[in-house]
Amino acid sequence: MILIPCPHCGERNSNEFAYIGETNPRPAMTSIDAPGEWRRYLYEKRNPAGWSAEQWFHASGCRKVVVTVRHTVSNEVRWAGLPGDDIPAELT
Amino acid sequence: MGRAEGPFGAGRAMSWRRNGHDGRGAKPPTYSALSLLRHGLAHGDWPKVWRSVDLERRYDAVIIGAGVHGLATAYYLASRHGIANVAVVDKGYVGGGGSGRNTAILRSNYLTPEGVRFYDRSVQLYRTLAADLNFNVMFARRGHLTLAHNDGSLRTMRWRAEVNKLQGVDSEVIAPEEIKRLVPFMDVSSHTRYPILGALYHPPGGIIRHDAVNWGYARAADALGVQIHQNTEVLGIATEAGRVTGVSTNRGEISAPVVVNCTAGWASLVSEMAGVPLPIITHPLQAAVTEPVKMFLATVVVSGSLHVYVSQTDRGELVFGASTDPYASYSMRGSLEFTEELAGHVLELMPSIAKMRVLRQWAGLCDITPDFSPIMGITPVDGFLVDVGWGTYGFKAGPAAGEAMAELVATGKTPGIIAAFDLARFEEGRLASERGAAAVGH
Repeated sequence: MILIPCPHCGERNSNEFAYIGETNPRPAMTSIDAPGEWRRYLYEKRNPAGWSAEQWFHASGCRKVVVTVRHTVSNEVRWAGLPGDDIPAELT
Repeated sequence: MGRAEGPFGAGRAMSWRRNGHDGRGAKPPTYSALSLLRHGLAHGDWPKVWRSVDLERRYDAVIIGAGVHGLATAYYLASRHGIANVAVVDKGYVGGGGSGRNTAILRSNYLTPEGVRFYDRSVQLYRTLAADLNFNVMFARRGHLTLAHNDGSLRTMRWRAEVNKLQGVDSEVIAPEEIKRLVPFMDVSSHTRYPILGALYHPPGGIIRHDAVNWGYARAADALGVQIHQNTEVLGIATEAGRVTGVSTNRGEISAPVVVNCTAGWASLVSEMAGVPLPIITHPLQAAVTEPVKMFLATVVVSGSLHVYVSQTDRGELVFGASTDPYASYSMRGSLEFTEELAGHVLELMPSIAKMRVLRQWAGLCDITPDFSPIMGITPVDGFLVDVGWGTYGFKAGPAAGEAMAELVATGKTPGIIAAFDLARFEEGRLASERGAAAVGH
């Protein structure tokens, strides 16, 4: 079981959440290589075996998007916040 | 024995050892009823089926991953193309990844013509594999049922049946009464939560013993001169001016003009070492097995809506698989949620097995691509080839993928059967979507 410390609801089982995926900032669409940037944005994930910043939708709770820093091998969650929060750099 | 120009060698001559042991080891004995009897009477130990040798500095090709894909590639390289100076390296042991963690189901009832063609080739190779490898892989043609619990899936079944028939693959949609005849224990009544409306019946589908497939390929490849190096982890992939030059491992450097990534779970991380990003997200998939009971379930039963597939092995255990875990992870631990959900779903289909006990559960890693089709062939780095992104259907594809990858390594030309699954399709916008037939619950 993965416990996610939801900023609104407290520690909850991950099966209350819909997994969205790695945090993935949208490309600015200013460069000449816009299609290439969109392809990378859509398809190429970091898929790390280690700490990863991710988004979850708390479907069976507050129905808000939550951002976590989770270890993809041990499934330990060591940080949770809201979209727009600054993730401490040393955590990812 | 001759010297030939390597397709990826760019003028480099490769010494290709044909059929050959070349003093690289003694040929292992052939398995037969007679040899079994002789060993039984003599109480002699069976010789080791593959050798343990020192890592050499140079090979004609290095294959990363000693699972069914890597070993099949090595075997077909040696047996069909006479390229035996090949090392198969694995950070763990033979068949320790997805090749030994899957639920060993074989089928070819896919949705796209490319997919059907490809998996049918694999089923054909599996059918004669025991004789080809002189190793009993216990292939059992049991028939494969994919249940439809709603109109939408029944429509997809009809679509799949027609695509299959056009490719010469035996598939048809059958009614609940016929399902009941094939699986008497199934609850096909209309008062269940998800009533069964019909099923896609695929008679050529079946099960096989996955460990035997890995060991059989390893033994046969080794007999042809291929070296299998277990506990040999690739730490880096060396490239020079856009082409691959070798790999560095925890046991030293190896130089090779061709490096094939045949890993599952670690495919994107291994490719990243060569500077090739892959559109892959790794999800665990959990499976479980019950205590053995007398044979009662002849066919393989799959239910997409209930996220479960069941088959009974020749030993009598029921093997259950599910959909992938709903988040990216490299964790191979089982979870209680999984067992609970799985048991609930299985009992909806077959209430009479409520007293059976689960013996063990485990997880394997699935590399999921955006279109649920694999990625096979060349990459922007010359000589660095991939056979990855197999999601939940890598095991059943092993022989055909190995055959095609071996041809690609030997000739330098991408075989037609895998052309649709190249890496460039994500850039060029021609995805090969198998979402409707890849597995359950995507």
